[in-house]
Amino acid sequence: MQGNEHRVDGLAGRKLMEALREFDFGVAAICGGMCSCATCHVYIDPEWLSRLQPAEPAERDLLAELRHARPNSRLSCQIDLTDALNDLALTIAPEE
Amino acid sequence: MSTLRQIVIVGGGQAAAQAVDTLRRRGYDGGLTLLSDEPHLPYQRPPLSKKFLAGSFERDRLLIRHAGFYSEHRIDVRLGYRVVQIDRDQMQVSGADGSKYDYDALLLATGSRPRRLSIEGADLQGVHYLRTIADVDRLGRELVPGRRIVIVGGGYIGLEVAATCRERGLEVTVLEMSDRLMNRVVCPEISSFYEEEHARRGVDIVCRASVQGIHGDEHGRVRSIICSDGNQYIADIVLIGVGALPNDDLAVAAGLDCANGIMVDAHCRTSDPRIYAAGDCALHRSHQCGGSVRLESVDNAFEQGTNAALAMLGESPRMPAIPWFWSDQYDLKLIIVGLSTGYDRTVLRGRPFDRSFSVCYLRDGELIAMDTINNAKDQMAARKLVGQRNRPILDRLADTSRPLRDCF
Ligand SMILES: Cc1cc2nc3c(=O)[nH]c(=O)nc-3n(C[C@H](O)[C@H](O)[C@H](O)COP(=O)(O)OP(=O)(O)OC[C@H]3O[C@@H](n4cnc5c(N)ncnc54)[C@H](O)[C@@H]3O)c2cc1C
Ligand code: FES
Repeated sequence: MQGNEHRVDGLAGRKLMEALREFDFGVAAICGGMCSCATCHVYIDPEWLSRLQPAEPAERDLLAELRHARPNSRLSCQIDLTDALNDLALTIAPEE
Repeated sequence: MSTLRQIVIVGGGQAAAQAVDTLRRRGYDGGLTLLSDEPHLPYQRPPLSKKFLAGSFERDRLLIRHAGFYSEHRIDVRLGYRVVQIDRDQMQVSGADGSKYDYDALLLATGSRPRRLSIEGADLQGVHYLRTIADVDRLGRELVPGRRIVIVGGGYIGLEVAATCRERGLEVTVLEMSDRLMNRVVCPEISSFYEEEHARRGVDIVCRASVQGIHGDEHGRVRSIICSDGNQYIADIVLIGVGALPNDDLAVAAGLDCANGIMVDAHCRTSDPRIYAAGDCALHRSHQCGGSVRLESVDNAFEQGTNAALAMLGESPRMPAIPWFWSDQYDLKLIIVGLSTGYDRTVLRGRPFDRSFSVCYLRDGELIAMDTINNAKDQMAARKLVGQRNRPILDRLADTSRPLRDCF
């Protein structure tokens, strides 16, 4: 699952992480969305990146320490899904 | 690949969910049965004392996997099913209704249960414990603003409930037996930081309080708590959070090696090679501190659930990871990385006054654990640096302008 590209649909009002958890073998999301574990790390398709709310400091700090971080890294538990994000494209990052 | 045809899992919590996920992910194709005595699919417990208790988290969001996951992956889930016996010769488990399940490999993921207080009045109406959704349903109804809740136990569950109740407008008292809060897991500096925080929020914290009995009114409803020093605390509600005991009775009865937890090796295997245990119920040898430890954390349930599944399939376990744990109280995010057992010195990184700091625990000069409070940078770095026999340079450690990784 990891490494494949996904498109996310529906589930407006939930976190992106929750939508990914619904995928077959989605993100582990060990901490359940508390911005603590980084097991919900994803790479957002660059075209979509600017359409997301920017990361809060806690998320940025966590991302900065990840081995697999890239410029388009986000923690999916920190992203609120909205209708405007239907079809959002992303890749699940490898485990740290 | 293994030749297993039927895997049975007893218990349906965090470790069980992780084990079934790993088994299917790794291509195990045979029969897979999950037997749980709760009426819910595996769910996350941490929100039970936090967001879910606060009422700001919908019930279906607690589930670790949605119902479709189990049917898509042909996992035969029996809810409300209590396993009462393991027959190791027949390789069968039996349920309270007398039905039996055969296994080639068995995973015990039975978790733990709150330690009960055996004092007078502990069974009065209005006295609560917190472990399950059902417990929150009972307790949640009682949390009416203005009522008085007395929490017995100043561990992380008691304190999280204290924070949630305070935010919901209740009058809160915490009675802690030892001389400080969370005394089993954090150093005195962090205990006092939390004590001050709770006091500032209006929680009445009483340490060295030895609870002697609970008194009720004529309707059998709790009215007050009495301590052995004679002090009495008026209570509309009582929550008891004085630790947990492993659910190892099935294993004990089946003759597996247990010692306040089911003993397992690095593959999560018990003294019977066909039976595995994972999560709160399991006792393992820690590669970090040498001794036997039983951890109660999501991280541990996740790691052991994965390792038990891998071992069943004949694969090697994951790299031993440094255990970690979190607790959320108010806007404070405490993350504990590593095991601080036997530390001989601590170094403070940052100022508690800023509400973002860390404490480093050292033993013989090595960084063995770290507690971080609202400090995402340090906590992620700590997960890579703690417990690796790294020797930090002390005055660098205290210098917060240096990233943690540059302190060695
Ligand atoms: C209120 C609360 C807050 C917490 N907060 C945190 C936190 O912030 N961070 C953290 O890391 N950890 C936290 N924890 C701890 C964490 O939830 C546990 O460590 C974790 O759930 C352990 O998973 P498990 O699978 O071992 O056990 P459990 O999740 O307890 O699952 C065991 C299941 O097995 C069932 N069972 C037991 N015996 C039988 C039987 N004979 N037959 C059938 N079923 C059986 C039980 O009913 C239960 O459903 C918290 C726990 C609680 C209670
Ligand atoms: S789920 Fe843990 S950080 Fe996102």
